[in-house]
Amino acid sequence: MNQSSSKGRKKFNPRQKDKSISINERISTFKEVPLGFTPEQAILEAERCLQCSRPRCVDGCPVMVPIKDFISLVKEGKFIEASLKIKEKNALPAVCGRVCPQEDQCEKACVLGKVAEPVAIGKLERFVADYEAVQGTKEEIKPPERLPYKVAVIGSGPAGLTCAAELAKSGVEVYIYEALHEPGGVLTYGIPEFRLPKNIVKREIDYIISLGVKILTNQAVGANISLNEIIRNYDAVFIGVGAGLPRMLNIEGENLNGVYTANEYLTRINLMKAYLFPEYDTPIKRGSEIVVIGGGNVALDAARTALRTGAKKVTLAYRRTESEMPARKEEIEHAKEEGIVFEFLVSPIRFIGKNNTLRAVEFQVMELSEPDESGRRKPVPVIGKTKLINADIAITAIGTVANPLITKNFKKLKTNSRGYIEVDDNMMTSLKGVFAGGDIVTGAATVILAMGAGKKAAQSILAYLKNK
Amino acid sequence: MFEILRKKQISPEGFLIRIKAPQVAQTARPGQFLILRVSETGERIPLTIVNWSRSRGYIDIAFQVVGKTTYLLSKLKEGDAIIDLIGPLGNPSKIERYGTVAFLAGGFGAAAVLPIARAMRKKGNRVLTVLGARSKNYLIFEKELKKTSDVLIITTDDGSKGIRGFVKDGLSEILNSEKIDIAYCIGPAVMMKFTSEETRKHSIPTIVSLNPIMVDGTGMCGSCRVEVGGKTYFACVDGPEFDAHLVNWDLLLSRLNYYKDEEKLAYESILKQR
Repeated sequence: MNQSSSKGRKKFNPRQKDKSISINERISTFKEVPLGFTPEQAILEAERCLQCSRPRCVDGCPVMVPIKDFISLVKEGKFIEASLKIKEKNALPAVCGRVCPQEDQCEKACVLGKVAEPVAIGKLERFVADYEAVQGTKEEIKPPERLPYKVAVIGSGPAGLTCAAELAKSGVEVYIYEALHEPGGVLTYGIPEFRLPKNIVKREIDYIISLGVKILTNQAVGANISLNEIIRNYDAVFIGVGAGLPRMLNIEGENLNGVYTANEYLTRINLMKAYLFPEYDTPIKRGSEIVVIGGGNVALDAARTALRTGAKKVTLAYRRTESEMPARKEEIEHAKEEGIVFEFLVSPIRFIGKNNTLRAVEFQVMELSEPDESGRRKPVPVIGKTKLINADIAITAIGTVANPLITKNFKKLKTNSRGYIEVDDNMMTSLKGVFAGGDIVTGAATVILAMGAGKKAAQSILAYLKNK
Repeated sequence: MFEILRKKQISPEGFLIRIKAPQVAQTARPGQFLILRVSETGERIPLTIVNWSRSRGYIDIAFQVVGKTTYLLSKLKEGDAIIDLIGPLGNPSKIERYGTVAFLAGGFGAAAVLPIARAMRKKGNRVLTVLGARSKNYLIFEKELKKTSDVLIITTDDGSKGIRGFVKDGLSEILNSEKIDIAYCIGPAVMMKFTSEETRKHSIPTIVSLNPIMVDGTGMCGSCRVEVGGKTYFACVDGPEFDAHLVNWDLLLSRLNYYKDEEKLAYESILKQR
């Protein structure tokens, strides 16, 4: 740490910044945008860490990564050891280093952040995970002492993978049931390649498989296999199926050709690799004017993806203003750099088509109301004022809801009025031995919150099994 | 991996393949479908499950070569394997004792009709079937449908067998002497549209099995959305069966054609390669 205390006030080295690929390369390819730290940068950044005696950063981490310890190892140049240290608590470090909203979690709590820029914990996590993957792990994974339990995990997204890894590390036999032909859930079908390369997702899933977890693909519980059958065959069950159903706008023209849900658009591109059509068989329409509706991370992912398919103009239409956008700041900045056009205070009222194919989207112009009791300013229509945006493709990214597939034929599994599964403090559902966590309990949230839920559920499952 | 146990050509471009899939066979019911993928770069396509044996752990699917995926599928031999397959998906048909059930099968729709007709017959219904195709060698499952139907009427567009005309002409023939309690109409979307117009005229409750483009098949993406009675449904999880008289056919037809150019490109390039 560089602390010249000449006038009683410490000075800190500036936060290290990694390079990004050029804007031109960004918008014409699906290559990952930030390049990550070099080893030198990683050490410089690690040296900024205050090594607090009572670190706050860990409190901000849903999976309790030993941040202080791993950064201390980075400082000494022990990158592989640092990565292994993280993996004690987090099976998906390269994923988290890329997609966690660190600015709202560990880095928000960072003590250094009170006087200077916080330590770039996310970038360091990404660096060591990538370093270890390239250099290889020296240590063999020691199989834990086996426990006589078999657990089914439904869904191989962040919650399921974390829960499975945690249980496997404790010696439990784990089987993951995945509906699609590839594991990873939203990491695979949802988050695009340029933000989370699929070889990195595969690498971290391979690590979880190396812990002894078995993944059964093409298994949609509630469709081709019943929850009942799973319950019968396992000592405990974890449901982490996410909130997979796209919310629809229910306005005129929504079923026209050219109107995609973000789920469909991103699944075609990410899971099915439609951006590589015809090398891959699944097609995607390459529009020239594309409008994305929504203001969250999924909307931004869809907009930036649309740009990379060769669109001339991509507009992101959001009914509030930039400061209310739920998306990560970093993603908003990236989108602006890449030339996405932002239209604020507009709410779609109809899709206009010709021959059943989209031509334009009509919006109601909105304004923000006076703050209500909660201090939130709601968007309200400006009467009589509308706006037309030409579009050959529109992508709706207005959120997702619970997919009833697993719950609809299983009334004993209690859900709330919106279809999300109810759990107690130990994440157990209304069915004994059946636990749930992630978006299917909370509604759509972040990767890391789902991972935190998976981890907590794993601990509850272990306690439950041992007391059974 | 799902091994192909048997393969049989059933029409000039049509095949029936038997696949080892014990888990699918275990719970398959009439009216349900599966989704498969033929190669690592392949797309996911839905196909009806025609027949199955729970005890022997196999399922049968039938398909017509209409594009790249069905072409690749047709090139697989006995002993080869299908890399990904998930099923059964979709809601099974409601098999009840209706009285007289008419099955109106156009082209490869006969593959979807067969298991439903068998179950309806077994339930004690009188089963009347119209099997139509463009020409006599395009008629599939004729023998099986004859066995499972009290009356089987054949129609061909060119008159090479049975009545010269369409399935709706076969229906008119039946209506001369029978009262139909419910009709199942399954075939190409255009055929279902026009045939169900006929049943509407005669106030016959009619069910169709819709075949929109699907991706995941579990309700996640919405690619397969259809409009029925003015409401939007996802055919994969809400269907595939719907009330024929409430379906927005023009929307379905245009959504089915959305990727026509891409489908043509993919198919032509694979034909050139081979």
